[in-house]
Amino acid sequence: MAGQKVHSAKRKRFITNSVVHVVLGILAVIWVFPVIWVVLTSFRAEQGSYVSTFLPQSYTLDNYIRLFTDTSILNFPQMFMNTLFIAIFSCILSTFYVLSASYCLSRLRFKMRKPYMNMAMILGLFPGFMSMVAVYFILKALGLSEGNLIKLALILVYSGGAALGFQIAKGFFDTIPFAVDEAAILDGCTRWQIFTKITLPLSKPIVVYTTLTAFMGPWVDFIFAKVICRANADQYTIAIGLWRMLEKEYIDSWYTCFAAGAVLISIPIAALFLYMQRYYVDGLSGAVKG
Amino acid sequence: MGIIKKRVNEFPTPYTCMNAIRKGGIETKLSMLLMGFGNIVHGQMIKGLLYMALEAAYVVFMVMNGVHCLAMLPSLGTVEQQEYWDEAAQVYMYTKGDQSVLILLYGVATVLLTVLMVLAWRGTLRSAYKAECLAKEGKRVNNFREDLKTLLHENLQKLLMTPPMVFISLFTILPLIFMICMAFTNYSKIDDHLMLFDWVGLDNFAALFDSSSILGSTFWSVLVWTLIWAFFATFSNYIFGMIVSLLINRKGTRCKAFWRFCFVLSCAMPMFVSLLIMRTMFQPEGAVNVLLRNLGLIASDASLPFFTDPTWARVTVIVINIWVGVPYTLLQLTGVLQNIPEDLYEAARVDGANAVQIFFKITLPYMLYVTTPYLITTFTGNVNNFNVIYLLSGGDPVTDLGATAGKTDLLVTWLYKLTIDKQYYNIGAVIGILTFIILAIGALITYRNSKSYKEEGGF
Repeated sequence: MAGQKVHSAKRKRFITNSVVHVVLGILAVIWVFPVIWVVLTSFRAEQGSYVSTFLPQSYTLDNYIRLFTDTSILNFPQMFMNTLFIAIFSCILSTFYVLSASYCLSRLRFKMRKPYMNMAMILGLFPGFMSMVAVYFILKALGLSEGNLIKLALILVYSGGAALGFQIAKGFFDTIPFAVDEAAILDGCTRWQIFTKITLPLSKPIVVYTTLTAFMGPWVDFIFAKVICRANADQYTIAIGLWRMLEKEYIDSWYTCFAAGAVLISIPIAALFLYMQRYYVDGLSGAVKG
Repeated sequence: MGIIKKRVNEFPTPYTCMNAIRKGGIETKLSMLLMGFGNIVHGQMIKGLLYMALEAAYVVFMVMNGVHCLAMLPSLGTVEQQEYWDEAAQVYMYTKGDQSVLILLYGVATVLLTVLMVLAWRGTLRSAYKAECLAKEGKRVNNFREDLKTLLHENLQKLLMTPPMVFISLFTILPLIFMICMAFTNYSKIDDHLMLFDWVGLDNFAALFDSSSILGSTFWSVLVWTLIWAFFATFSNYIFGMIVSLLINRKGTRCKAFWRFCFVLSCAMPMFVSLLIMRTMFQPEGAVNVLLRNLGLIASDASLPFFTDPTWARVTVIVINIWVGVPYTLLQLTGVLQNIPEDLYEAARVDGANAVQIFFKITLPYMLYVTTPYLITTFTGNVNNFNVIYLLSGGDPVTDLGATAGKTDLLVTWLYKLTIDKQYYNIGAVIGILTFIILAIGALITYRNSKSYKEEGGF
């Protein structure tokens, strides 16, 4: 009697486990399927955006080669260099801004501290690109809306509001004990030395995290780049380039190249993501903390 | 209440502006007119000269441009652009008319500059008064080099916060004030007010709230859809992400890391790429329809109207948003889910509750309680979720040809269409302000209820 009961409980658990695994399997397929489909499409030999078969008939590397050699219509190598240039400089500026603002807000007590944090919260509530048109006018008034200066304009725009996103780094700095700072001050350190010689070396993960997110910004931003570049095709970043490949006049000949480009920029981002994954959860709790 | 309560000055100092005006000596009072005078009298030559140079620069700027900019601000320019025939060159030429946008921009910038100048003026008064007091008490007055040194220690925040603040004022605050001003003008393509426009007060707000006009009715339908979208997008991701997380982390599940990897894999693609891919997959001839045809679920020439039928389109964007959002939710919620006390579950199991009951009676209430701030932040994020809608459906389908918004347009994508495509800048600005008000109410509730606000109050 008792044995039968154990047996039926085991059976029940087996059934539940199987059901759960089947459900998870189906879900996993749904989630993985578009990713695999993109990778397959990037190797597809048949051109055109819409094909009547789901899997490619034959495979080729031409899409990748064409992406880097065919520069007549959509100059992918140039877009890549533009984006790299913008990303490097805006990364340097925004990292500096974010880290210094978070350090001040976390460690120093000054009159503007609370007003600044409230201001950051209020500014964050406006739709980000509501002021985009105005930013464009300002850049135009500064003479930054033509030619190579567009790159400078994009760098300024990407790093401009960076210091408002201090929450995650501040949350991290908050966890470093104040006693460390006090001891350093007793030893005759200035606050600047504490910042550069103690706090920053102690916060390597968050420095890396800030740098990487700042670096990734220009690669994935699409709206600002589009509004500021307008018709200047030689200043396009990768994101606009990929978006244009899907426009009506290009989609038929460029669709497979789009997939190739998508795979190429996903690889570094995947690498960064794997690295950052462990900060992701902490980052959220920091954000919730305010 | 907390936000409005009177601020207590945590940083009392005798060297305030009021004290400088009331109790300051003659040299400090003269600093009110001639900035930096007090500093020079007390031996701070370089600092005093810098203040003077600043004042001189401001006066020169105001005389050259500033006064003109401010004077033009009330009328926003009146000279119309004229066309005339140039005999010599045989072409039509244009006389230079007033450009209201630039007048408004320069005007706002001048006002902002003046505010900064007032702050600098207060600074110079305080500094002069401090120098005076120190000299009176026979203490040493810092020279310029020592002043610079304090930037690395006591005044480090001034050194570190100034550059970010300059950027924020130039690229965030100035444009925002500029856009808010636009909401009160008639700057739009309607009636051809792109060159010259005037202040119109609250007319734009009235036009948007007038539900009998086409603009008004569009506004209400977009607003309702925005709220529906934000609600479903937030909760579908939240609940679905929670269920997936529970399924992966339950005791009996094998290969937990593998399942997690499957879901997180899609995060590796930049969001705009995965959205663009999703858009092409759901086109009438796209991969999903092809797959359904190959499987024989629909006729070989039929296709499901994912983005062409209003109801289908709305459901499609919500479903695709689940695909895009669940991996992130999974990452964020797993930690919180594992913090739910195990004894709650055990007690429930002892009482004979099944999995569904446990989820709805224990997990969900607990999670709702713990993650309310997170939920409201996500909700406000979804109200502003430009990328998903713009890249997926572009706001389509447009069923009502007179309307400027499609059936899946949110307030933010509508704002984008109105400003960038249609050039109705004033209406766009009004929508931006209204979005802000909606979000501000939400954020205020979050902020007031969150533990962090109460804790921060203790600082």
